[in-house]
Amino acid sequence: MSAPSPPSPARFRLPLAGYLIVLAGICWREGLRFLNQRGRFLSALVRPLVWLFIFAAGFRSVLGVSIIPPYETYVLYEVYVTPGLVAMIQLFNGLQSSLSMVHDREVGAMRILLVSPYPRWYLLVCKLIAGICVSLLQVYAFLAVAWFWEVELPPIGYFTVIPALVLTGLMLGAMGLLMSSLFRQMENFASVMNFVIFPMFFASSALYPLWRVQESSLALWWICTLNPFTYAVELIRFALYGQFAPFPALVVAGCAVVFLAASILAYDPSAGVMARRGGPESAK
Amino acid sequence: MTAQSRDITPLLAPDAGVSALDVRGVTHAFGARKALHDVSLDVPAGSFTALLGPNGAGKTTLFSLITRLYDNRSGAIHVLGFDVRRQPAAALSRLGVVFQARTLDLELSVLDNLLYHATLHGVGFRAGRGRAMELLAQDGLADRARDKVRNLSGGQMRRVEIVRALMHRPRLLLLDEPTVGLDIASRAALVAQVRALVVNEGIGVLWATHIIEEIAPGDRVVVLHRGRVRANGTYEGMLAQTGGEDLSAAFLRLVDDTGEAAA
Repeated sequence: MSAPSPPSPARFRLPLAGYLIVLAGICWREGLRFLNQRGRFLSALVRPLVWLFIFAAGFRSVLGVSIIPPYETYVLYEVYVTPGLVAMIQLFNGLQSSLSMVHDREVGAMRILLVSPYPRWYLLVCKLIAGICVSLLQVYAFLAVAWFWEVELPPIGYFTVIPALVLTGLMLGAMGLLMSSLFRQMENFASVMNFVIFPMFFASSALYPLWRVQESSLALWWICTLNPFTYAVELIRFALYGQFAPFPALVVAGCAVVFLAASILAYDPSAGVMARRGGPESAK
Repeated sequence: MTAQSRDITPLLAPDAGVSALDVRGVTHAFGARKALHDVSLDVPAGSFTALLGPNGAGKTTLFSLITRLYDNRSGAIHVLGFDVRRQPAAALSRLGVVFQARTLDLELSVLDNLLYHATLHGVGFRAGRGRAMELLAQDGLADRARDKVRNLSGGQMRRVEIVRALMHRPRLLLLDEPTVGLDIASRAALVAQVRALVVNEGIGVLWATHIIEEIAPGDRVVVLHRGRVRANGTYEGMLAQTGGEDLSAAFLRLVDDTGEAAA
């Protein structure tokens, strides 16, 4: 049979409503998976609470926090550490979502997502948005429990933090997405997570103010300053007090764009890692 | 037109007069290893075409290219006349696929799996639910709609995967060794189910397999071996071409590398 003459591209356009349906479908599925995995929700909640109840309570007496913006007075160490723990929830959630993408690829379920007629970049963005929605649930559950532990934020902060959480969730989710494109197996990815999560968390302003770090080690201060997670923490910290931190916002937005662009490229069917890595199994 | 069907209709317009699938001169390599060499084949609309080849023949690579898991770098692949690389949205919206590895989410219910797939093709929840129940009822699985996939048998999972592939009313159905791991009865039922789709709905089917018993007289057969098409025609034509007394003998002659070397 002779090759058919290709129909005009103008003949086919995906309906705009379809894009919204795809987004709703991906968010809905992530929500279902999250509800089915009660252990995941519990561990996402317990992890920061352990830090708050045990670590922060222990450190309260030995670590003083001077008055630094956005705080207008001395604050308890539990209050200082709360934005860092919120960011930690998002860090874990971002990488957890990516871990599920590696799992999906390992068992083949990723193919169902990738053979959708909608653009691949859009599907990846939808996955990120779904992950952010899940992380918001976790964050607010944590803040609700923290409220009973004397971590009382200005009421407006519970609302003004939402854009900051979306932005930081986007950056951390995109980072995880990029990482997920590089690993074929869960085991490899899970071990790499440990090399990412803990250094990022500890080498940041999540647990100690940067001036404290600078006093003890200039090299560590430089590392903290170069760590994008530091800016995620600071963005959240200011937003929780109804303030906008432009420089952290710029860094977080910039990193989000870079990570997202790199992960879209990595999942691209013509240029991506999957296309070159050797064999159909890599594209699962 | 009902509100339910309106969601799906934009994806349905049949493209008359063109093959369901047309693959022309596709070569693909992973690094230095060539997986496909100048592969050409076509699947006419409303036909059952078997893609026969031993393990490692390149069937899964070909499926990955047709479904645009990655792009073909040479040759062209058209689905219902739409170039998969240049017009992926149009091509993929007309394509249903059942992969070799099971791709259902075991933790979700049958219905949730189907709905998720429907939304990925832009079919809304209400329309998707209606379509899912209709297809499950046709397949005798309506009573399992709320069950978790984990609780289904292997054969039932495959049937659900076929139902899922049909959710967005594709005109071309690709199945990559769908009967692997199934017992004889389940395999026969699955083959019959797909053949009924060809007859009743006019869907073009490309059925990749290495099990010769799944191919019947009258089918179109493409033999793929070491990434090359060794034969492409009808069941009967293949017997005539090779002089084999049955398809097994014909197939063995086609993939006999010793004979090829001697020739």
